[in-house]
Amino acid sequence: MSTVKVITGNHAASFGARDSRAEVIAAYPITPQTQIVELLSEFCADGTLKAKFIKVESEHSAMAACIGASAAGVRAYTATSAHGLALMHEMLHWAANGRHPVVMANVNRAMGPPWSIWTDQNDSLAQRDTGWLQFYCESNQEVYDTTMIAFKACEQVLLPGMLVLDAFILSHTYEPVEMPDQELIDEFLPPFDPPYKMDLDDARAFGALTTPEWYMELRYLIQEAHEKALVTVREVEKEFGETFGRYYGTLELYRCDDAEEVILIAGSTASTAKDAVDIMRKGGRKIGLARIKLFRPFPNEEIRDIASRVNKMIVIDRNVSFGNQGIFFNEIKASLYSAKNRPPVYGFVAGLGGRDMKIDDITGIVEQADTCDIEEILWWGVKL
Amino acid sequence: MSEKKKMRATIPEEEYMFPGTVDCQGCGAAYAMRLALKALGPKTMVVIPACCWSIIAGPFPTSALKMPIYHTAFETAAAVASGVKAGLSIREKEATVLAWAGDGGTFDIGVQSLSAAAERNEDFIYVCYDNEAYMNTGIQRSSATPWGAWTTTTPRKHPKDRPKKNMMEIMAAHRIPYAASATVGHPEDFVRKLKKAREIRGTRFFHVLATCPTGWRSPPELMLEVPRLAVETCVFPLYEIDNGVYSISKKPKEKLPVTEYLKVQGRFRHLTDQQIQYIQEHVDETWELLLKKEKLGRLF
Amino acid sequence: MFVEVRWHGRGGQGVVTASELLAGAALAEGKYLQAFPEFGPERMGAPIRAFTRISDGPIEIHSHVYTPDIVVVLDPTLLENPAITEGLSDEGKLIANFSGTPDEVRKITKFMGRIYTVDATRIAMETIGRPIANTCCVGALVKVTSLVGLEQVENQIRQMLEFKIGKKGADANVEALRRAYDEVRS
Repeated sequence: MSTVKVITGNHAASFGARDSRAEVIAAYPITPQTQIVELLSEFCADGTLKAKFIKVESEHSAMAACIGASAAGVRAYTATSAHGLALMHEMLHWAANGRHPVVMANVNRAMGPPWSIWTDQNDSLAQRDTGWLQFYCESNQEVYDTTMIAFKACEQVLLPGMLVLDAFILSHTYEPVEMPDQELIDEFLPPFDPPYKMDLDDARAFGALTTPEWYMELRYLIQEAHEKALVTVREVEKEFGETFGRYYGTLELYRCDDAEEVILIAGSTASTAKDAVDIMRKGGRKIGLARIKLFRPFPNEEIRDIASRVNKMIVIDRNVSFGNQGIFFNEIKASLYSAKNRPPVYGFVAGLGGRDMKIDDITGIVEQADTCDIEEILWWGVKL
Repeated sequence: MSEKKKMRATIPEEEYMFPGTVDCQGCGAAYAMRLALKALGPKTMVVIPACCWSIIAGPFPTSALKMPIYHTAFETAAAVASGVKAGLSIREKEATVLAWAGDGGTFDIGVQSLSAAAERNEDFIYVCYDNEAYMNTGIQRSSATPWGAWTTTTPRKHPKDRPKKNMMEIMAAHRIPYAASATVGHPEDFVRKLKKAREIRGTRFFHVLATCPTGWRSPPELMLEVPRLAVETCVFPLYEIDNGVYSISKKPKEKLPVTEYLKVQGRFRHLTDQQIQYIQEHVDETWELLLKKEKLGRLF
Repeated sequence: MFVEVRWHGRGGQGVVTASELLAGAALAEGKYLQAFPEFGPERMGAPIRAFTRISDGPIEIHSHVYTPDIVVVLDPTLLENPAITEGLSDEGKLIANFSGTPDEVRKITKFMGRIYTVDATRIAMETIGRPIANTCCVGALVKVTSLVGLEQVENQIRQMLEFKIGKKGADANVEALRRAYDEVRS
């Protein structure tokens, strides 16, 4: 029998790591992530989870210890947010380039200064090029489910995975989360058994100096693994759905079948935007929503496919690449360049630093897109 | 060496390091690893952060060691070693985890993760092979560089004006079970201490003076001799801190003046008599303090 | 049904636990729900808010609550704060931990909708032995709104609190809940 608990997004991540049978956890506290590792340390202390918890002195060491554990052949997990993630940056490269399928929850929090503990996506998106898979979650259930989806997919392609949840909006919000039987989970997610590990009987040097003669080939293999990961994640999501009855997909489409225009968005704002879509539909607009679940690898084909069916795309970014535009906006436009059908794409930067995204904001953005110039960078609701 | 005594082989004959490594002539760091692996034996896994050994260990797809090596980022030796050990313990695999870092990776950029791992008493041996500057990047000063020494960032007109950080004391302040100093000029002492450390659980720290002819501007053939002079002059005392008890491994019968150590190295050649006198005083004070600590018995 | 409840109290008074209790009871009755605290740092003694959404259908929305249907005030010293009635229409309900009558609360708050009072601090002192008004306020809310059944909340209290503070503590909280349910005034 599965059980349903009313828990926060943070605890959904902890339970996800527990039920994925993480074996080594190394973590450091940071608001608004701390509850994830608090609960995990309780699981480790009371024996609910047979894992070693390394209470490190920084996020940099957290990732380093996870990498060490993964190199030693076990399933490693950590969680962080914002400045902690930024501090990890060097080791994020190390984890991916070293092909260690560490899984991490990152609670999306705005970067300082000024200090902010509220949500936006700049912390995780700034790690775009580190080689990590990135999963953006919309609900606490999805946070829980995606933990095991991420472990399974990442271990197949030997790349690390980051699942992302919004600060407070998910991290501190209680929602019902269904947790399946451990037996079923174990069947879905077998123990980690990497092809290469620190092994006395099979001594290898990991990460040794590599000359220009071979470095590029090693990078090509990572690109190949990312391309494979797109297929792998879909397969794993499909298997997850067949086993547990919940499907997410890499680009989730909502009311897109007959849509003439589509909102593209990631994170928990997507669910508010779904309500907005329902309201606009009632008002006669043929509008749909495409939620970016997987950001790396990027679902280019799916983006092109939805683009081929609509007349207009509206991208809402809770992030910005200073000096250019919203990051999803840019990525989506890059996807479309080689598409046959390229509808106009409108990009809005909104909700930075935890500014609330209401249904009215979404409908307002859609209305503004009716009249604005596509070349503009559109900041929504700025009081300047 | 003593001509009276018959040599007894206290250093294991087994080799775990392949010949032909890409180190400089007379490299103390390379020799230190060779000795360390002989002492620790085949059930050892090595974690190496950025340092000369990132090169010495051999480029992909080769390896200089018969043991698994994990190459990691500069400041992470202790953190990665913690993770490796945790992983091995989950897998119920027995192995000595050896973190092997230079002075930059230990005294400077790695001191945070090392301090944290020592505070947690992580179960590994951490060896800092100390060549007293950033030698891999071409001789820049570190906090392990001694007072008065030349490096490319402490030119002769402004040589280093701060004393060497006392890493042994920093580690002892963590109350780890074992810390020892050693040099490549005293192989038997180093091997004995490593064998002892291998049987202890928890964080074990080694501070090993490793000759760097390139950076010290010393003749490569004096690789063994220079650190011996460091010990004979008490510039670098050999001692152990075993569960809070200090014991000096080698007390010179006749303490040599520091000039004997300084004069064989070009990095000190600019020093004035007055500056050498200053070094002598500092060395004397530090040595006296160590003698006192040894007499005090258990200190923690 | 789609109901939004806003809770007012001070850090340390169990405001979030109250919203969690209601959410847990709603789940047990097969309803959809969401509960969340004020988004930000919580400090002992500082005014804080928490929110609960309960619905017959799935809840997609992830934005703040702006127009609550019900406001519950755990700390009587907060009643003078205009934030208490912000966004609360005259169709809404205000439930206050207050030793006096609803009319007195109306004078303080100028709220024109329905007002209920419960002397939660006294009940808590007599049952739990500490001035923790949260379970009492849930009791009053259940009586006034019938959002969830009293028994479900009792089960929730036992599930949540027996683990944290033991059976005796949980029993005292259940008693506080029941007394508040009976003693709430309109």
